[in-house]
Amino acid sequence: MSGDILELSVAQAIAAIDAGELSSQEMFDFYRGRAQADVGAGGADGLNCFTWVADRAPEVGEGPLAGVPLAVKDLFCTRGVPSQSGSRILEGYRPPYTANAVQRLADAGATLLAKTNQDEFAMGSSTENSAFGPTLNPWDRARVPGGSSGGSAAAVAAGLAPWAMGTDTGGSIRQPAALCGIVGVKPTYGSISRYGMIAFASSLDQAGPLTRDVTDAALMLAQMVGRDPCDATSLALPHEITPPTAERLDGVTLGVPEELTGEGIEAGVLHAFNASLARAEELGASLREVRLPHAPHALSAYYVLAPAEASSNLARFDGVRYGFRAPDAEDLLDMYTRTRHDGFGTEVKRRIMLGTYALSSGYYDAYYGRAQRVRTKIADDFREVFASVDFIVTPSAPTVAFGLGEKTADPWAMYLNDYCTVPMSLAGIPAISIPCGLSDGLPVGLQLTGPAFSDNDLLDAAHALEHSLEFDGSAARG
Amino acid sequence: MADEGTAGTTGAAAPNGAGAALEPVIGLEIHVQLATASKMFCGCALSFGEPPNTHTCPVCLGLPGSLPVANERAVHFGLMIGLALGSQLAPRSIFHRKNYFYPDLPKGYQISQYDEPLCRGGRLGDVRIHRVHLEEDAAKLIHVGASGRIHGSDASVVDFNRGGTPLAEIVTEPDLRTAAQASEWLKLLRTTLRALGVSDVNMEEGSLRCDANISLRPAGSDTLGVKTELKNMNSFRFIERGIDAEIERQRKLLAGGCEVIQETLHFDPASGAISSLRSKEEAHDYRYFPEPDLLPVAIDEAMLAAARDALPELPAARAERLQRDLALSRESAQLLAFRGELGDYFEAALASDAEPPAPAQALANWVTGELIARLDDGADPSGSRVAPAALASLVGLVAAKKVSVGAGRQVLDTLVAEGGEDPEAIVEAEGLAAIGGEDELAQIVAAALAANADAAERVRGGNEKAIGPIVGAVMRETKGRADGAEVTRLVHAQLGI
Amino acid sequence: MIDREEVLHVARLARLALAEGEIEPMARELSAVLDHVARIGELSLDDVAPTSHVLDVTGALRADEARPCLPREVVLEQAPATDGEGFLVPSPQA
Ligand SMILES: [Mg+2]
Ligand SMILES: [Zn+2]
Repeated sequence: MSGDILELSVAQAIAAIDAGELSSQEMFDFYRGRAQADVGAGGADGLNCFTWVADRAPEVGEGPLAGVPLAVKDLFCTRGVPSQSGSRILEGYRPPYTANAVQRLADAGATLLAKTNQDEFAMGSSTENSAFGPTLNPWDRARVPGGSSGGSAAAVAAGLAPWAMGTDTGGSIRQPAALCGIVGVKPTYGSISRYGMIAFASSLDQAGPLTRDVTDAALMLAQMVGRDPCDATSLALPHEITPPTAERLDGVTLGVPEELTGEGIEAGVLHAFNASLARAEELGASLREVRLPHAPHALSAYYVLAPAEASSNLARFDGVRYGFRAPDAEDLLDMYTRTRHDGFGTEVKRRIMLGTYALSSGYYDAYYGRAQRVRTKIADDFREVFASVDFIVTPSAPTVAFGLGEKTADPWAMYLNDYCTVPMSLAGIPAISIPCGLSDGLPVGLQLTGPAFSDNDLLDAAHALEHSLEFDGSAARG
Repeated sequence: MADEGTAGTTGAAAPNGAGAALEPVIGLEIHVQLATASKMFCGCALSFGEPPNTHTCPVCLGLPGSLPVANERAVHFGLMIGLALGSQLAPRSIFHRKNYFYPDLPKGYQISQYDEPLCRGGRLGDVRIHRVHLEEDAAKLIHVGASGRIHGSDASVVDFNRGGTPLAEIVTEPDLRTAAQASEWLKLLRTTLRALGVSDVNMEEGSLRCDANISLRPAGSDTLGVKTELKNMNSFRFIERGIDAEIERQRKLLAGGCEVIQETLHFDPASGAISSLRSKEEAHDYRYFPEPDLLPVAIDEAMLAAARDALPELPAARAERLQRDLALSRESAQLLAFRGELGDYFEAALASDAEPPAPAQALANWVTGELIARLDDGADPSGSRVAPAALASLVGLVAAKKVSVGAGRQVLDTLVAEGGEDPEAIVEAEGLAAIGGEDELAQIVAAALAANADAAERVRGGNEKAIGPIVGAVMRETKGRADGAEVTRLVHAQLGI
Repeated sequence: MIDREEVLHVARLARLALAEGEIEPMARELSAVLDHVARIGELSLDDVAPTSHVLDVTGALRADEARPCLPREVVLEQAPATDGEGFLVPSPQA
């Protein structure tokens, strides 16, 4: 039934395996074949989604996800398997341990299919900042898949992996999910352990699923979450993640913040977004205009806080214990500075510089201290709004997928991709992007956001909306 | 934001070297390795000389993706130290990252504390405490010289076994004035920490390390001069010599009209020379910011209670109690308290209720004088053959003048050599009882005066020193059983003075 | 807004070498970003507490229990240079 495997969601595939209509070996081989073909095709024909693909099926484990192939963003440490975070400075690095989130899925029976391409150290919104070349968007190969989890998003959209794990710091799951026409979830900060995720910005980094539909997202998320004694900031959700079932939105109030739904949002995106709001009303939801007055400052705060943390998190890449070391150093300083010059890409160096500057003597209060206070205001804004609405709806990204190279010359233009997603990251609250339509043949994402720990309700609401919107992503699977 | 170590600071106000007498101002920064089972932020067991890089894990190697989790017992030990020093314990304290590059620092930052340390303020002895905070130790960097494996440069080898060992950093206010005082105070701190059981406090092995901030100012002035920081002096002797050398160096600089430069210095005990640690002088900018991988440490009632319950009586408090309750001299009380094993022996002896009773001060003198003089240097008397109760009985006999001091010493010789429960039996067996009646002793004194007529004449003439041969003769005759004071009284009486 | 000297100072703090041709573009791009970022300077935030951790939780200490360490061959496996026991680096004293 290999032709049909491609059309199955993971939940459907598990049902088929349980019914004896499909073997997990068959499913793994099917996806491994597709993933390897993408790697083999290279350059013009492939999407360059992967940095590593399993060369054989591992033994199938037991558990609710037994035999389901899993693609994992490069920055998750996977024992004995290259984990390079898209960087030359970690080229060929094989960690001696596996990230907690990956291990949890493995413990549930999932098998590692591939590592996916990403912006270097998750810094980017297009997956063009990878030491291993850009990933292409399966809807249009001249366009980017978004980022930084672009390899994961493109692989799922193109049917090269049934689902994938990504990370989201300021939008790195939601924005590529939107640009590739799939579902992406950033859960409540702390609900998934960061242990083994090569850090970008510790106070913002969150793992999450990239899947074809909301049901699969809940299925993966259910296995990823949980308190981990190895991550002091991880916490136990007050409830289990359960399969979403809602088909209606009766009694649900959706807040529409004018700051994130007007100026700066592309017309085609707004059109699809507004059409989705009409659908939501048909499902019984009521809409309310709300204000997030500090949301327009979120990007500014983010581009202080995230680079500051990154400048410190990336100090460990010094050529001493692992990874790249510049050859023939004259002395220690020369070894450090050339290793880091040659090992890091342009955008990473720019953010290290930005973060180092923001923390340096004389500037801390004006930049880092202020940005932390803006963060407080942004979180307060959300708390206030959630006193009167259940969820907030916005577009996931201001534009559809843009052309390769189109925004690489202007950092701020690239950063604006995260305009709609960064406020939620700063507030640590859960958000999901679901495909809500096409604009000029390219997918548009709708973002639903809830208060902290509302992950289950959020998935339920997204499930109802998803069914009503009937987005068809099969074109990208070719 | 101010630097973490503020003891003895200020860059301005260099004292005018000419004229006024200069007074040294010294503050100490002490790093104490805590005696936990595992490291500060990971589960690696602490290392005690194991082969290099065998006590490491993803966390203390700073591998990508690894995260720190703070050690509960390290926090507990930090609280105990804070309580012992009378510090204010922060209900909520925060770890910061101190960012700088060095091969012994695997993450490129040290997790330390900055503006919200675990403990603030306090006092030990005459010295005020500025703060106590927790941090992680660096790894070991060993210079190996030319290596074929490192291009064109001398090489060093990094061993991460020590990296991540929990440290308490104790910073004093600049309350010390001399090197000897600094060394003496550090001994008190060491004794206190040892009594707490939070560290091995061994300077040679590096579990107690001391830096000194030193400046000079005109005596009596309130302002502080430019300070230098003298690093890592690894014995009490080096601390004294190092501080003295630095005070001398600064004195000469100022006397010559030069200024002291704020810098970090290294003292070479072999040559006595002081050199700057950073030849390429580089402005420090540690870019402290709150460690996002760790949550604030909230100290709740249970943690406080646990720390309080774990506190033993501390040396300073013990000395005070011995002085106050037993009316011991300050010297005796401190000696017994700061050498805790002597204090324990003393208190056990006192508790034995000897009959006749042993006065506390006399007993203290016998423990800290006669007894330890007969034992190996630094030995714990409880390991000797002399039972505390036996010493107390002996001191009781001496105090009641049933045995003379000299005879008592002989009994103690026997106790040290052979042990025994009953000093009185030894007195009897060896015939050491004090000369019984006054008449008997008076006759012996009269005989001694007759035999030493010249000396007797000189004593009568006012030369007290001449009494020696007379008393000596009496002691010889009585085999030391006579009470010296009583003999002197009788000599005076018989000579009519 | 950020000049050549500042770029070189920050690069030194961050242990990043910059080629001569990289300095000016870095100064320009950082300045452009900082121009945008500086807008938070317009907000009045005097009585606002800074957020380090977005969820107000504390604690999460670890019991003081020793756990197994990594074997040394695994520790040194990925290192650019070792002497078989430790990591070799150019000496800081050189
Ligand atoms: Mg320190
Ligand atoms: Zn460790």
